[in-house]
Amino acid sequence: MASIAAPVEHDVGHSHELSFVRKYIFSTDHKIIGIQFLLMSLLFLLIGGILAMLIRWQQGFPGQVLPGGGVFPETMVSDGIILPEFYNSLVTMHGTFMVFFAIMPLLVGVFGNYLIPLKIGAPDMAFPRLNMASFWLAVPAGFLMIAGFFVIGGSAAAGWTSYPPLAETSEYSGVYLGQQLWCVSLIVLGLSSILGATNYITTVINMRAEGMTWFRLPLSIWALFITSILVLLAIPILSGAVIMLLFDQTIGTHFFKSATGLPILWQHLFWFFGHPEVYILILPAMGVVSDIIANGSRKPIFGYHSMVYAIIGIAFLGWVVWGHHMFQSGMNPTLGMSFMISTMVIAVPSAIKTFNWLGTLWRGNIRFHVPMMHACAFVSMFVIGGLSGVYMASTPVDIYIHDTYFIVAHIHYVLFGGSLFAIFGAITFWYPKMFGRMMNPFWGKIHFWLTFIAYNATFFPMHQLGLEGHMRRIYDASRYDFLSGTHGLNVFISISAFVLFASQLIFVLNFILSWFRGAKAGANPWEDTGLEWTTPSPPPHGNWPATPTVYTPPYEFSVPGMAQDYLPQDQSKDMVTAGQPAKGG
Amino acid sequence: MDWILPHAVSSYAGDIDAIYYLILVITGIAFVVTEAALVWFLIKYRGRPGRQASYIHGNTKAEIVWTAVPAVTVVVIGLLSGSVWNSIKGRDSVPAGAIPIGVHAKQFEWNVTYPGADGQLGTGDDFTVRNQLHVPVDTPVVVHLSSEDVIHSFFIPAFRVKQDAVPGMHIRVWFKAMETGEYELACAELCGLGHYRMRAAVTVHTADDYQRWLSEQSQTVALQER
Amino acid sequence: MADAGVMRPMPHTARGAGVYNQKLGMWVFLGSEIMFFTALIGSYVILRVGNPGAWPEHGPREVLAIPITAANTFLLICSSVSMVKAFAAASVGDQKGLRLWLIATVLMGAAFVSVQAVEYTELVHKGFVPSAGLFGSTFYTMTGFHGFHVSVGVICMIYVTIRAFRGKYSAADHRGIEVIGLYWHFVDLVWIILFTIVYLI
Repeated sequence: MASIAAPVEHDVGHSHELSFVRKYIFSTDHKIIGIQFLLMSLLFLLIGGILAMLIRWQQGFPGQVLPGGGVFPETMVSDGIILPEFYNSLVTMHGTFMVFFAIMPLLVGVFGNYLIPLKIGAPDMAFPRLNMASFWLAVPAGFLMIAGFFVIGGSAAAGWTSYPPLAETSEYSGVYLGQQLWCVSLIVLGLSSILGATNYITTVINMRAEGMTWFRLPLSIWALFITSILVLLAIPILSGAVIMLLFDQTIGTHFFKSATGLPILWQHLFWFFGHPEVYILILPAMGVVSDIIANGSRKPIFGYHSMVYAIIGIAFLGWVVWGHHMFQSGMNPTLGMSFMISTMVIAVPSAIKTFNWLGTLWRGNIRFHVPMMHACAFVSMFVIGGLSGVYMASTPVDIYIHDTYFIVAHIHYVLFGGSLFAIFGAITFWYPKMFGRMMNPFWGKIHFWLTFIAYNATFFPMHQLGLEGHMRRIYDASRYDFLSGTHGLNVFISISAFVLFASQLIFVLNFILSWFRGAKAGANPWEDTGLEWTTPSPPPHGNWPATPTVYTPPYEFSVPGMAQDYLPQDQSKDMVTAGQPAKGG
Repeated sequence: MDWILPHAVSSYAGDIDAIYYLILVITGIAFVVTEAALVWFLIKYRGRPGRQASYIHGNTKAEIVWTAVPAVTVVVIGLLSGSVWNSIKGRDSVPAGAIPIGVHAKQFEWNVTYPGADGQLGTGDDFTVRNQLHVPVDTPVVVHLSSEDVIHSFFIPAFRVKQDAVPGMHIRVWFKAMETGEYELACAELCGLGHYRMRAAVTVHTADDYQRWLSEQSQTVALQER
Repeated sequence: MADAGVMRPMPHTARGAGVYNQKLGMWVFLGSEIMFFTALIGSYVILRVGNPGAWPEHGPREVLAIPITAANTFLLICSSVSMVKAFAAASVGDQKGLRLWLIATVLMGAAFVSVQAVEYTELVHKGFVPSAGLFGSTFYTMTGFHGFHVSVGVICMIYVTIRAFRGKYSAADHRGIEVIGLYWHFVDLVWIILFTIVYLI
């Protein structure tokens, strides 16, 4: 019976033989690739944030000269005033950068890459060179997207949802190459994501260490695994749709043309991808939040099995709700009924997870470290974002609030209040493992509170704007009498947004300065149970001299009869109480 | 009820707003309970020296309760919503005798076609006015919605009516205004650089005023055609 | 020695899918390809059912050359057979057989793409282009992307053939042959579906 050679091509610890370029630029080490994705995504988060500031300037102070507006060409900002066509470009590119180049790579590219091998006890991913290819495909995709700003006609300007006929007809949009670059960029990024998903799925299935059974996987890994399946199956739908759009734009095909094709087909395809996409954007966040809340509470996750089934349930149901983005689209109203029911039902697994997080805090022994603060903020704001979804799920209420700022509020509560807070917490939590140093906790807490307050001040009032009927993607609302009372609220939101953006400078400085001057971190500064904490910070190439063996479920905190309040997964209670020294710490 | 939502004047606005307020109450309770529990637990179970967290993995009974209660609640909201939805957008929801008015959306204006004296759209006595929608009070109107170029969306906030206008599709949307006055029609689907200024004035007349306005328009059209 | 040449994964991965990483990875990747072609084929069905007037009254055969494409289909199926023979040869360490059958697969795959390219030029000459309504749009997009996938497969197959000539595959380890074989059979299966839906119905 022949055995195949080890699935990983290189041994532990030979990295000192590699050049700087092979080690840090074209690396095949999942940890380096994870950090590469981190730096790239944070840059795009900053770009997306700058675009948001321009949007908020126009909303809060329309007709007033934009400070620093001189850096923009006259086709975008004329005499200091943002032009309507540039405004449409801003809202489009803000959404595009944030969804595809910030949140998705931050959650899936960074934490998928960094955590999966470490937390399952593997030396690296199943396909390290494919992993490198994933990153180096994402980079040109980013360049292509940015290039849109520098071509005649400007960048894509039909919304991040890119509905045809507007998105494919230059005569209607005034945009030429920019809209095509948007399509090509997403095709390239799609390939990057699909290769990444293939890697993650194979790795989690086939490379778990001895003793790491499915139900001993931490929830972060369950979430990343299920998310990768969503990426694998949903992104190709987007690829197909975007190819059809690109062909309509360039070689005269008729897929989404009004007279000779079917414009609504785009919406079906886009949202059939798009709804699983939003679960791709939240599930890994839920996963890392579970890890951090268990750690901060010093308590096992409440209802671990239900949490797993809830992740699977959300992912599964996510495929049958896409029509809720299309209730008012001209789609058959009977379909509206079925999509409403499925959308209502998908609220249930999210509710289960929320109650289980609360159950984890209950009778815990809570440590308020910075990651824990962000994780708890996630829970509180995800509740708001999730509950606001119930209004949209109700088709008659959606008649009124569809395409208003109520939707914008919902999106930002789940993506910023949810995903981004989880990301801040996760970066802070795994920073010591990545860089061998702690981020400064004092400034971490200042950043948290400023962000939390400014964030709510920015986005909560948007619910009210929407309820007044304020439409989305409107350059200048003063045209409408019924919106005359909203200007004050818009000013308040804009000022809050400026404070919010400025507060992120604290995080950026903390991130950069801690890299050089942060307190040195040992292997397990958070006294956590995961396998990644059983190896030095940062781990060597190959992660361990020999892959660990797993004896314990993932969140064994405060086990009775033990002196320390955590039981690492590579130890059993007997091993610890028998006097074997606790690993790491 | 003008509590949080602005004043609405169509016959079905009350039904929509009622569902909104129902959801507000239910989600409001859920919000208060959940956030209060969160804050309470963070305070009560904050770490103190000498304390130990409880080694609990879950509670099946609690999980069943907090699965079943939200499930039943959302399904009930769904069913209640469904009947309102059906009465507004359902196939057979357009009231008999509704006045047909054609609304053709294009970048960046609303072309409104009135049926003229014969009450039928598509006949010789139709006339078209730009960016003005005039309807009589207490009378159902069925808008025949179409688009010249891209997807627009027909949105009259005060009537709680919204329907996408899709080029190549002919979509019917009905409403019945219950109060006279001046209102606004806005486009609610990004349609290009003039999307923000795609506004029309909506006037709800008394029955007499409406007849007067219609005959004025017919005379104007007749004059123009001479 | 009945199972000599049967490749089994490392002992610890028996906890996983029970197949070695590259094979599992290819199956997973093919899942994404299924979804990609589902988007195209699903759109085709929706567009055709909604706009029957955009297709010729008596069906695609009014425009498309069914006989030559049927022969081309047979060629592609034969290339899957040669692929199976190549894998069988590799399993018993028959280097000569492996090389021969791989070359046969490359040639038949390349021939398939060439015939399709010729068919495209003839159709374009007749005036049937991608912008010729929904029929043209869907025909070229679906068959074009399939042809692209076959071309990528041929390139990978050439790479594998070169490696076979260098003796890199043995009865004990011929993972590359099995993995490219999986991809090749998938591409063949997609074609059978496309041929039926786009040409025949």
